[in-house]
Amino acid sequence: MSGDFWFDALLGLLLLLLALATILARQLAAAVMLYVVFGLMLALAWARLGAADLALAEAAIGAGLTGALLFSALARQPKSLAPAQGAGRVERLPALLLCSAISAVLGWTLWQLPLQPQHSQLPAALEQLGSSGTEHLVTAVLLNFRAWDTLLELLVLLLALLGTRLVAAPEPAALQHWPLARQWSKRLLPLLVLVAFFVLWRGATAPGGAFQAGALLAAALVVLRLNGQLPALRFDFWWVRALILAGVLAFLLAGLLSLWLNWQPEQAAQWLRWPLPLAKGLILLIELSATLAIGLTLTLLVVGERKELGA
Amino acid sequence: MSLVHWYLLIAAGLWGIGCYGLIRGPELLRRIIALNLMGAAVFLVMVTLAARTDPADGVLHALVLTGLVVAVSATAFALALVARTLSESA
Repeated sequence: MSGDFWFDALLGLLLLLLALATILARQLAAAVMLYVVFGLMLALAWARLGAADLALAEAAIGAGLTGALLFSALARQPKSLAPAQGAGRVERLPALLLCSAISAVLGWTLWQLPLQPQHSQLPAALEQLGSSGTEHLVTAVLLNFRAWDTLLELLVLLLALLGTRLVAAPEPAALQHWPLARQWSKRLLPLLVLVAFFVLWRGATAPGGAFQAGALLAAALVVLRLNGQLPALRFDFWWVRALILAGVLAFLLAGLLSLWLNWQPEQAAQWLRWPLPLAKGLILLIELSATLAIGLTLTLLVVGERKELGA
Repeated sequence: MSLVHWYLLIAAGLWGIGCYGLIRGPELLRRIIALNLMGAAVFLVMVTLAARTDPADGVLHALVLTGLVVAVSATAFALALVARTLSESA
């Protein structure tokens, strides 16, 4: 039995335990904290499975920002559980039996999967890597081979922001700021910004890229904002709108440019396929504008869109 | 039992736990967390399947990365809806 074996065994069991504790914790605050810990452990599992990009993203987005989101939602929860909410309680045993059954069938099905992938896109992707304008496969997939996904993902972010804005509820009483947290956030800010742009730049050759960088940037802004060290950020500000829309617009313009440059009569139009000499520059431009847009959007999703009472 | 099989089983278990949490609640916020757990289980399946080759399959990783951002957007929107529901019912 090697050390790796025990590490995976413990990590897996810990994931299950944390998930179970999140569901069963009596207090909602404890559930949220356990979920954040779960996110960090999941990031560890992904690093273990060779997905460094995802470990970075999960630690920043999954654990960090989702945690901040859940905590600010927690502040809005009524102190005690309203009886109306508990009244519709489902019988627990049938639910437990149903979920265990589905889980068992899922586990059994997954167990049958072959250990050798049969329809992997990996060889084709690796073959094309040289002409993608970047040396890192995940970045190449996100910003070249499947650029459509990324473009639509930016639109999803924008839609979520607009939706949140539409339904925004009045803000509860102001937060109290902890002096130690204020000191810390001031010192963390330059570091976070530096790391964010480092991660962005590294994305061309190694794990990293626009999403991780955007999430880190958002984390920095959220920390500052929650500590009351940043003036309010609102979607109404013209520069906030401009930066957020620039993420999508730069992508669209690059797509149109590629359409124009790739134009050949009697051939199907090639949309979002970068011509090789321009590929690196275009990808960098899109990533930079996407980073700023993602960072600002995530920040606004967590702290920005609040109708302050009386404002 | 290989690494891949072990994590696939963990993912199946996580999905079941998330599903139970979704049904049990009782708070809306906890149901959203439970949905996120189910999402995490699905991502875990994809990442584990990506780890079958060496090096790991970057194509699947990119898909999960997209999924992560979409998941956090959906969570933010769901939480805004919950906040609105609570403020309307209060």
